[in-house]
Amino acid sequence: MKYKLATAALAAVVAAGPAMADLAFSVLSYRTGPYASNGIPLADGQVDYYTLINERDGGINGQKIKVVECETGYNTEKGVECYESTKGEGVLVYNPYSTGMAYQLIPKVTADGIPLHTLGYGRTSAKNGKVFRNVFNYPANYWDGASHAISHILDVNGGDISGKKVALVYHNSAYGKEPIRTLEELAKKHGYELSLLPVDHPGQEQKSQWLQIRREKPDYVLMWGWGVMNQVAIQEAANIRFPMENFIGIWWSGSENDVKPAGDAANGYKALALHNLGSDYPLYDDLQKYVVDAGKASGAGDGVGSVLYNRGLYTAMLSVEAAKTAMEIHGTSEITPAMMRDGMEALVMNEEKMTALGLPNFGPEFEVSCENHGGNGYGAVSQWDAAAGEFKLVTEYVQSDQEVVQPLIDEDSAAFAAENGIESGC
Amino acid sequence: MFYREAGDFKTSYSDDSQTFPIKFDRYRYYVVLLVAFAVVPFIINDYWVNAVFLPFLIYAIAAIGLNILVGYCGQVSLGTGGFMAVGAYACYKLMTSFPEISIIIHVILAGGITAGVGVLFGLPSLRIKGFYLAVATLAAQFFLVWLFNRVPWFYNYSASGQISAPERTVLGVPVTGAETQPWAGYLICLVFVFACAIIARNLTRGMAGRKWMAIRDMDIAAEIIGVNPLKAKLSAFAVSSFFIGISGALFFAVYLGAVEVGEVFGITKSFLVLFMVIIGGLGSIFGSFAGAAFLVLLPVLLKNVLVGAMGWPTDLAAHLEFMIVGALIILFLIAEPHGLAQLWRVAKEKLRLWPFPH
Repeated sequence: MKYKLATAALAAVVAAGPAMADLAFSVLSYRTGPYASNGIPLADGQVDYYTLINERDGGINGQKIKVVECETGYNTEKGVECYESTKGEGVLVYNPYSTGMAYQLIPKVTADGIPLHTLGYGRTSAKNGKVFRNVFNYPANYWDGASHAISHILDVNGGDISGKKVALVYHNSAYGKEPIRTLEELAKKHGYELSLLPVDHPGQEQKSQWLQIRREKPDYVLMWGWGVMNQVAIQEAANIRFPMENFIGIWWSGSENDVKPAGDAANGYKALALHNLGSDYPLYDDLQKYVVDAGKASGAGDGVGSVLYNRGLYTAMLSVEAAKTAMEIHGTSEITPAMMRDGMEALVMNEEKMTALGLPNFGPEFEVSCENHGGNGYGAVSQWDAAAGEFKLVTEYVQSDQEVVQPLIDEDSAAFAAENGIESGC
Repeated sequence: MFYREAGDFKTSYSDDSQTFPIKFDRYRYYVVLLVAFAVVPFIINDYWVNAVFLPFLIYAIAAIGLNILVGYCGQVSLGTGGFMAVGAYACYKLMTSFPEISIIIHVILAGGITAGVGVLFGLPSLRIKGFYLAVATLAAQFFLVWLFNRVPWFYNYSASGQISAPERTVLGVPVTGAETQPWAGYLICLVFVFACAIIARNLTRGMAGRKWMAIRDMDIAAEIIGVNPLKAKLSAFAVSSFFIGISGALFFAVYLGAVEVGEVFGITKSFLVLFMVIIGGLGSIFGSFAGAAFLVLLPVLLKNVLVGAMGWPTDLAAHLEFMIVGALIILFLIAEPHGLAQLWRVAKEKLRLWPFPH
């Protein structure tokens, strides 16, 4: 807490200086409430990366970053309040880390001309940049995730899963419902049986769902969970002795906080991954030196290198890279949200760039374009090793089944465009 | 000195029984209306509308609705969130099915539909009372949320299960959707609040309100003097649900724009509105406003002071906010169990005698 107060005091001093031309990046965090266990590392990862850029490089091309943090508690009403209260500070991009909030913000950011980045969450069809001009969800989305999970099951079974039973345990909200359409389409293609088991917010009560799983004995269980729901589900799966290697979570259900409460019983649990894990990268040495050891870390500093911390860091890194791209395009270092949007649309992430940043092989390579705001849909599968206390990637990065996913995206975005009278651009 | 009846002569019964019989009070009321209708729309921006005014106005309608049921008729209800959801979903279905009809009519119809649902769930109140009724209405809360999650027809089969408000206009000015100007959203809610408050005020001091209060104070005695408990209780449920339905419809269409039933209209919403009614003052229209203001504005104010002005970390501020609001609620209930409305009454009483108490 002392650190936090010190950081806050420092931030206040920095903000009080010549802050006119600072680049504002928002962190809509949830460090309180039933989703805090996941929200804290996410927020810390973002804030620490921005601090690192300020401390080590003196900002982006000489422009200091101002972090505008607002506590949402994963509540959409507070999220709206946060959006309205922070947009006046010239925030360049919003990352709400909540699908419900993303749905709420899509019309608002479009009207206000501010870009919205939903990394691996949010409205999947926002991938279609022709309709969703201001919304980006690179490098992968939920429907890619659904396809990754099914292709992993296909791999394990030698390519044939007809007649197998797959159950989806999901958070009963926009977030959890997203993959259902894709899983249904994939079920038609591959001939598995899909059963749906919704879990209501916040997800502490899942006895009946797992009783049903025990009775129906599905071959595989997929999970779209978040916050306390993840921990409970993994514990319940352990209680009914469901084979953990057949239990696959989306990338939001695969952090250390989720599996640790179940102890050794969680060993073998699988989760999808959008980016690499661990802290074995040159960038983390700088992070240690300039941020953690200097006492400027957001939070206690113990989350560095955890899955969600890395995700926060990855998000911040992509935002900073997009800002750099925007600066190149417009030839100025004082960019506006509209310029930031152009930068995001022209963002190229390749191996060379990531190595230069000190994050070699950290995430998939992708190029954003006007038509494609969602990257190429690459993802991998990671597995929990309880003895070592870490997730390890067990597959290569593979692309999702674009034959199934792309038509769904086109259909959904066309429906959105028709409903809202949007003429598709590009 | 300022606030007195001396010299304020009434020459008719209608003058005598008006809502604000004291001249000073009446002028204050006119000034508030004038500021609300003619000044505020010109000076508000996005932040003030979305963070302060819209939630305050919409919760005020919900609190008035619940106050009729709990405060005037004495029937405890924990189903407010569910009834607000009925209003929101009814409004959504009407908006998307009949896009050519005015949104104002849709909001009123949504209130009407909620009134019907409210009566249905009010039927148990004829047999059970108190805590048992609270549990029955709790069932309504859970059932309604489950229903809107479960049946895809209610959300037009959208993939995410969310409902989102398309753009609708009043006199050519958009009041829902992202293009809404701050003043437009504010004014539409203000008109509804104004109308609801006037209707509620006049219902509660008329025959209907007296029947409700008779039932609240002692239902057997009320029945003996000729109040029909069936009609009184069900009408209270209908009127209450009508207002709550309107607030739900506005909450969805004007304020949030996109809604997910489990999150927005969950049990916490029911408790929030109930707390507003209790803190504001049971059986008082002014209390509904005061309670809504207290619970909507205080967290925003605390946040702005702690994070904005003092630069504290956001999580610390959020936790402190819970503690301060919680402590204030307890303090209020101990110091003034009849709520903010009673404080206001006492203050007025003192002002009448001031500066010569005796």
